[in-house]
Amino acid sequence: MLYRESGQFSTSYPADRRIFRLYQERWAFYLLLAAAFLLIPWLGNDYWFSAILIPFLVLSLAALGLNLLTGYAGQLSLGSAAFMAVGAFAAYNSHLRIEGLPFLLSLLLGGVVAGLTGVVFGLPSLRIKGFYILVSTLAAQFFVLWVFTTFAWFSNDSSSGVITAPPLVILGHDFSSPQGRYLFTLTVVVALGFLAKSIVGSELGRNWMAVRDMDKAAEVIGIALPKAKLLAFAISSFYLGIAGSLWAFCYLGTVEPHGFDLSRSFQILFIIIIGGMGSILGNFLGAAFIVLLPILLSHIASGLLADTIDAGQLENCQKIIFGGLIIFFLIKEPDGLAKIYQTCKQRLQVWPLRF
Amino acid sequence: MTARNPLLTLEHISLSFKGVKAITDMSFSVAEGEICALIGPNGAGKSSLLNVINGVYQPDDGIITYDGEIRTAMRPHHAAERGIARTFQNIALFKGMSVLDNVLTGRNLKVQSSWLEQAFNVGRAPKEALVQRQKAEEIIEFLRIQPWRGSLVGGLPYGLQKRVELARALAAEPKLLLLDEPMAGMNRDEKAEMSRFIVDTQREFGTTIVLIEHDIGVVMALSQHLVVLDYGKKIGDGPPEAVRNNPEVIAAYLGTRH
Repeated sequence: MLYRESGQFSTSYPADRRIFRLYQERWAFYLLLAAAFLLIPWLGNDYWFSAILIPFLVLSLAALGLNLLTGYAGQLSLGSAAFMAVGAFAAYNSHLRIEGLPFLLSLLLGGVVAGLTGVVFGLPSLRIKGFYILVSTLAAQFFVLWVFTTFAWFSNDSSSGVITAPPLVILGHDFSSPQGRYLFTLTVVVALGFLAKSIVGSELGRNWMAVRDMDKAAEVIGIALPKAKLLAFAISSFYLGIAGSLWAFCYLGTVEPHGFDLSRSFQILFIIIIGGMGSILGNFLGAAFIVLLPILLSHIASGLLADTIDAGQLENCQKIIFGGLIIFFLIKEPDGLAKIYQTCKQRLQVWPLRF
Repeated sequence: MTARNPLLTLEHISLSFKGVKAITDMSFSVAEGEICALIGPNGAGKSSLLNVINGVYQPDDGIITYDGEIRTAMRPHHAAERGIARTFQNIALFKGMSVLDNVLTGRNLKVQSSWLEQAFNVGRAPKEALVQRQKAEEIIEFLRIQPWRGSLVGGLPYGLQKRVELARALAAEPKLLLLDEPMAGMNRDEKAEMSRFIVDTQREFGTTIVLIEHDIGVVMALSQHLVVLDYGKKIGDGPPEAVRNNPEVIAAYLGTRH
């Protein structure tokens, strides 16, 4: 009833291809954006901004980057965290070494450098595919971290290898408060999200999916495979690089290589598997699941059972429940949370009928 | 056979896979605007021949003349650029994409604007997106697959998938269309429908078509030119009536009455 499609006709091709074709979806999205930009900054506290919302947004963006490569172009990767690290260090170094460079530009530069690095490590994809390309990206993961820990130049010869991020000043405004960092991260994520939606709906996105679904046929109908693959690596790594910078500047406040180790790559991979490959929405759902659910569980546990069960045991129980939920969702819907959302939507469209 | 210019000429083409001869000394030519059928028993080298024509396989020997260009080897990408489109024996659609997206992918070589223009929807991109969609819709209408344009291809019935694959090939506005068993596994009605689409394609767009088909009734009715293969060699070549009466062809393919 609420989700009625009847009477909503697209009368032009652009209207047919718009992101939210139904007015219900459009309004829901506008409300969500309004809440995220106006309501939450007003309601939320520092803990919510710094410990929950910012990492959620940044990991969504990182997952979005990996999803472009893996979910859309079909190239597996375990080097996500490495490209994040490249982005963070490149942004930090450009900020440090180029006098008077605005923060936004150094952020962009970080993304571009990460994108170029992605192209280099994507070169093997021209000859190998599947699990073998996974190994090549794994090499990126180890090589990049080795470079950043070995050569002190990257961390400005700081003795600990850990460097403090510069204050967040954009166009003369200071965004260093938790609220400001949240708003800045949100703006970047929303803008890049729209850009990604536009890319996957364009010819490049179709070429990626063609390469993913059947590369031989893609070649026969004239798609240039090397260009499609390398652009996938470049754009994906650009997104990851921006996410890495945000992770360092907006979340941690420090730039250190070990924040970007292999387990971070796995975390991002899990987000897109649980959220849904080949879906933009799925990244946000998956990140919510991976980032927010453990926090929710621990709040529930400490609120309800803190007195009855030993703290260590409680923590283990949370992990068991979390793991169980992952397995449950993957069995119920192997295509991820985005697919569950789609199914719900289809059900709602015919509700109260069943078919 | 006809006075029309040959669009495609194969001269002394040979192909082998690690010593196993797939095609031996194959020569024939396809006139512009005709429907040419390749027939022959399983393993006769028909599909290999199509793969040689559009550059998936490189022949060991021989010369191919296509549209005035003489070549011995070619990449599939170049073949597509020169106007050769094809369908596959086992459907090679992009299963995770909608019918419309599959057809639009077929037009990828017609796109002028860069990916950056498209991503930001500036410059040539907005206008071109309209034109591309319009062209794709024309093909979708031509093959009567409008009701399924938004459906994922993987979930469609087999006969429709075959039609979508033809749509994707036609979307490229090809000069030469290679169809590898377009009617395999179809019932009579579906075969009749597909045959109509193939004839319509030739009439409407003037496309030269080379097709592989086993249903001899369909082949006789559709084609103006028949090439018969057996064990990688050409054993018959000419108009359908002449080939039908060729004793060698009857022995190898049509079967003799004992």
